[in-house]
Amino acid sequence: MSVALKDNERLPVEEFTDEVRQQSQQDFEPRIIGLVCNWCSYAGADLAGTSRAQYSPNIRLVRVMCSGAVDPLYILRPIIDGADGVLVGG
Amino acid sequence: MSSNKKNANKGAVVREMPAKKKGAVLVIGSGISGMQSSLDLAEAGFKVYLIERKPSIAGTMPMLDKTFPTNDCSMCILSPKVVDVGGHMNIEVMTMSELIGLEGEPGNFQASIKTHPRYVDVDLCVSCGRCETVCPQTVTNKFNQGLDECKAIYKPYAQAFPNAYVIDKENCIECGQCEEKCGRNAIDHNMQEEVKSLAVGAVILSPGFDIFDAGLRGEFGFGVYDNVVTSLQFERLLSASGPNQGHLIRPSDEKEPKKIAFIQCVGSREPGKERNYCSGVCCMYATKEAMVAQEHAPGLQTSIFCMDVRAYGKGFEQYYKRGQDEYGIQYVKCMVSSVKELQQSNNLLLRYSMPDGSLQEEEFDMVVLSVGIQPSEGTVELARVAGVGLDEFGFCKTEGEMCTTSHEGVFVAGTFAGPKDIPETVAESSAAAAYVSRLLSDVRGTCTETKPDIPERDVSEEPPRVGVFVCNCGINIGSVINVPEVAKYAKTLKDVAHASEFLFACAQDSLEKIKKRIKSQKLNRVVVASCTPRTHAPLFQNAISEAGLNPYLYEHVNIREHSSWVHKDECDKATEKAKDLIRMSVAKSRTLSPIYTTFTDINRKALVVGGGAAGMSASISLAEQGFDVYLVEKTTELGGNLKELHYSIDGQEPGTILEDMKNKVTDHAGINVLTGSEVVEVGGYPGSYRTKINTAGKMQEIVHGCTVLATGAGEVKPSEYHYGENPKVVTQTELEGKISRGEMTGIKNVVMIQCVGSRSEERPYCSRICCTQAVKNALKIKETNPAANVYVLYRDIRVYGTKEKYYTEARQKGVIFIRYEPEAKPEVIAGENGVEVKIKDHILGYTLSIDADVLALSTGVMPGADNEKLSQLFKASLNDEGFLLEAHMKLRPVDFAADGLYLCGLAHSPKLVSESIAQANAAAMRAVTLLSKDRLQNVAMTATVDEETCIGCGLCVKSCSYDARYIDEDTGVAGVTGVLCQGCGACVVACPSGASQQKGFEKGQMLALMKAAMF
Repeated sequence: MSVALKDNERLPVEEFTDEVRQQSQQDFEPRIIGLVCNWCSYAGADLAGTSRAQYSPNIRLVRVMCSGAVDPLYILRPIIDGADGVLVGG
Repeated sequence: MSSNKKNANKGAVVREMPAKKKGAVLVIGSGISGMQSSLDLAEAGFKVYLIERKPSIAGTMPMLDKTFPTNDCSMCILSPKVVDVGGHMNIEVMTMSELIGLEGEPGNFQASIKTHPRYVDVDLCVSCGRCETVCPQTVTNKFNQGLDECKAIYKPYAQAFPNAYVIDKENCIECGQCEEKCGRNAIDHNMQEEVKSLAVGAVILSPGFDIFDAGLRGEFGFGVYDNVVTSLQFERLLSASGPNQGHLIRPSDEKEPKKIAFIQCVGSREPGKERNYCSGVCCMYATKEAMVAQEHAPGLQTSIFCMDVRAYGKGFEQYYKRGQDEYGIQYVKCMVSSVKELQQSNNLLLRYSMPDGSLQEEEFDMVVLSVGIQPSEGTVELARVAGVGLDEFGFCKTEGEMCTTSHEGVFVAGTFAGPKDIPETVAESSAAAAYVSRLLSDVRGTCTETKPDIPERDVSEEPPRVGVFVCNCGINIGSVINVPEVAKYAKTLKDVAHASEFLFACAQDSLEKIKKRIKSQKLNRVVVASCTPRTHAPLFQNAISEAGLNPYLYEHVNIREHSSWVHKDECDKATEKAKDLIRMSVAKSRTLSPIYTTFTDINRKALVVGGGAAGMSASISLAEQGFDVYLVEKTTELGGNLKELHYSIDGQEPGTILEDMKNKVTDHAGINVLTGSEVVEVGGYPGSYRTKINTAGKMQEIVHGCTVLATGAGEVKPSEYHYGENPKVVTQTELEGKISRGEMTGIKNVVMIQCVGSRSEERPYCSRICCTQAVKNALKIKETNPAANVYVLYRDIRVYGTKEKYYTEARQKGVIFIRYEPEAKPEVIAGENGVEVKIKDHILGYTLSIDADVLALSTGVMPGADNEKLSQLFKASLNDEGFLLEAHMKLRPVDFAADGLYLCGLAHSPKLVSESIAQANAAAMRAVTLLSKDRLQNVAMTATVDEETCIGCGLCVKSCSYDARYIDEDTGVAGVTGVLCQGCGACVVACPSGASQQKGFEKGQMLALMKAAMF
C-alpha cells in the first residue's frame, strides 16, 4: 500500500526553529482529526457530551466501526492535507 | 410431546390449561431485571408490557458510577439495553404505573394497571429543557440522593427513558410558567390518573429493592453529620454525572477528603429477626468505591470496617486482593460502635474495639455507610395483589426452583427474591423469562407485531441529491450553534438539493416532514445533524425507509454531544465545527450505495453439553419451550455433582430433584439423551452448527442451531492436612455422605477447615459454596447429635443473602466458629491415637488444641479437566482460573461473545445447585431468543470481497476475530460468512490488494469524508 504525493504536494513538515516554537506556544491552534471506534471512544465522546465536559474545539471526530478498521490512508490523508495530528481511539 | 408439557411450570401440579392462552407478558419493575426479562421475552416472540412506578425505567444501575469487578462505567454498559427496551416494537413501557388487580389463571390473566398522571405528555415532550429553566420551584434531587436540588419539573437524569420531563406535583406551585414556555404544548396540569386492563398469559415480578434508611442506625450520625454519607450518595459523588461532576469533595466544606472510612453491614446481618440476612453486594461495592475514590484523589487512605469480607462471586476474591495489594485498602475486621463529629474540623471520630478487646479511636475526613438492601416500598401491597407469598424478611418466597412463586403463572426475578448482585439478577431475569416461555410456548408469536415491507426506490441511475436536516434540539444545540447559518452553509455544498432546520428533528411531525421532502425534492441521500447516532440513527433510517429510500443511504452528524454540549462557551467555534462535520458527512453520503441485509436460516435444535443439574435443567427448559435437544453426557450416567448431594440447607431434597430431572429428561420426546458420548469436532456457525459426537467409538454428526455448555466442575482433592493418609480426614462432600449414612453417631468433636485449596496461590478464587456447605453439615450434625462439638475454622464466613440466618442458627446451636489468618493456618497432627488440630484463637489469644474425631476439609471447586479442550473446540474463552468466560461479567452472564453459544452451571464458576438450575434456565432462554426467530438477520455492514482482485493470500482470515473469513478451496479466493461477520472492518485494512471492503465504510467513501475533513 502506498500514498502517492502529487507533484505539487509535499508533507508540511516545518523546521522547528526558535521562532516557530515561540510562535507556536503563543497562538498555535492545532487541527486534529480523531478516528474513533463506535463502541468505545465514540461512546466516550458522547458521554463527555451528556456530562457537559468542556474541551477545546480543535478536533473533528470520525466514527469507524472498530479502530482496527483504520486504514493507514485515513491517517496520512489528513496529514497531507495539513492536519497537525491524527488521534486514533479504540 | 408428553404430559410434561402440561406441568411445565412446576412439575408438581398437573393442571389443565385453559384453551385460550395469551402470548403477552406483564413485567412489573423495570430495573436491569425487568429490562432483561422484557428483552428476552420480546425477542422470543412475546408481547411485553413493562410496568414501572417511577417516571423513568432502568432502576438503580444508572445511579452507580462504576461496577465491580471490572470497574466498567455503569451507565455506559447499561444504556444500550435501555435503548433496546425503549425502541423495541414488542415492548410497551408504562411508567408511573402500578399493578392494582390480577385475576384469572396461568396462561390467561387480566391485569389492572393504574397510571398516575405525569403532567407532561411523553409523546409530545422532546426533552428540550426550556420548562426547567423557568420553573421557580426547587426540590430535592432524588436521583442524586438528596445531595443537590433540581426543579419541580425535571427529567430524572440525562439519559433517562422515556426521554421526557415530569412534574413533582407535591412541590409544584402551578404558576403556569412551564406551560407557557413549552413550545410543544406538552404540559397539562390537569392530567388525570388512568386505569387500564391488560390480558396477559404470565407475570414477572421484579420491583427491585430500596436501600436501608441509614438514619435508623443513630450511632453513625447519618443525617446529623454532613460528612457521613450512604454508599449510594457516595456513588453519586464519584459519578461524572453527579452533583460535583465527579470531583470528590466532602459535603461540609467541599474539601477533598484525605481519609475515608467505610462501615459495612449497615442494615444487614442484624441477628434480630427483621434483617438477619446479608445484602450480598456491600463488601464488593465498598471495595469498588474505595478503589475509584483513590483514582479520583491520589494519596487518599481508605479503611473498610467489616465482620467478614464476602468476596464470593466470580472474580471477586481477586478484586478484593487487588484492593489490598494495589490500592492499599485497609480491611479492619471489627464493628464500629460510634461515630462522633469533631467540632472544628468536621472530621469524624470512629470508636471501635479490636478482636483482642482493645478499644481504638481513629479520625477520618469522611464516613461512608455501606447500606444494605431491603424489599422496596410497596412490595407488601404488590405481593397481596399478585397473590404471592413473602418470606420473614419481606422478600418474595420461591417455591421449589428459583423464580417460581406460590402463585402459578406469576414468577419472580432479581432482588425481590432476595439480595443479589447484577450478574445474578440478569441471569435470574432470563430464567424467569424462560419459565414464562415454557408456560406460553404454544402461543409464541400470537401477540407480536412485525415490521411491514415497503417497496424501495431504485436510485442507482440518479445523480446524488442530498437532503440535510439540522436540529436545534430545543435549545440544546440552538443556544450554542447558529443553526440557521449552518443550514444555509449546508445548501452550498456539492449535490445538496435541500437543507432545512427543525426545532426537534426526532419529533413525529418532523419525521413526517423529512419523508415528504424526500418525495417532493426527489432526495436520494439524507444527512441529519442532531444528537448521537448511537441512539437516534435508527429512528431516521426507519423514517427514510418508510419514504422508500434504502436505510443505508443515510449519514448522521452528531453536533450536540460532540459540539454544542462540549463547547458551550465558544459559540462561533462550535458553529464552525458543526459545519465541518456536516461537510464531511455530505461528502461521504454522495458516495453511498444501498445495503441489503442478508439472512441465515436457523436449525431449531439445540445441543447441550453436560448432563449434570445445569445441563439437564437447560435441556428440560429448552424442550418445554418447544425446541428439540441433544443432551450429551461424557459419563454413562446423568446427574453430575448432584449425585453427591444428600440434603440441602433449605430443606430441599437433592435426591428427589435428581430423580425428577432424570425422569423428565428421559421421558421427554424432544430430548435425545446421548450418555457415554463426547463432542469431538465442531463446525458451522450460529443457526447451523455441525457437530461430531463420539458414542463409544460410534461417530455421528448432528446439526443444531445453538449450543449450551454445562460441563460442570470438579472437587479439589487436597494434598494437605493428612488427607488420604488418615481415614478421619475427609472432604466436606465425603462428610455429607457419612452424615447421611448415619456414621456420625457417638462422634464427639468435628473440626472443619475452610478454604482448603481455595483463596490460595494455586487457586486464587473463592469457591463460594463451601461456607454454606459447612454450615449445612454443622447444622445437620447438631440436629442428629446435639452433644457433638463442631468447630469451624474459617477466614471469612461467606454465607450470603438470606442464608445468613443459617449461620446465625448454627452459632445459636453452639457451633463454634474460629477465624484464622492465612499466615497462621491450623496445624494438624495425625497420629495413631487420633487427629489433633491446633489453632490460635484471636479473641482469646490462646492456641487451642482440639482432638478431632472427624476433620472435614472444605476443599472447594476446581474447573473441569476438559475445559481447555472445550475452549478450543467451541472457540470459547477461559478465564485465568480455567473457568469458561462469559461475554460480559456484568450484563451478559450466560452468553459468549459469539451468538449461538451459551454457558451455565459450575463450568461458569462455583455456585449452589439452585443457582445452577436458574442459570441453566437463563442459558436456555438466551438460546430460545435465537431459535425462535424465523431467520437470523446478519449485521448489515459486513465485509465484501471483489473476487477479481483477491489474490487469496489469507491475511483477512488471520485478521478476523470472529472466524468469518475463509479461503474458498475451489476458487482460491477469500469469502465472508455473513452470519459471523460483525462488521468491524479489520480484514479490510489487512487486505493488501484492496479486494476487501466494508459495506457503508468503503475506502472510497471514507476517503471522500477524510478529504472533506480539513478545516
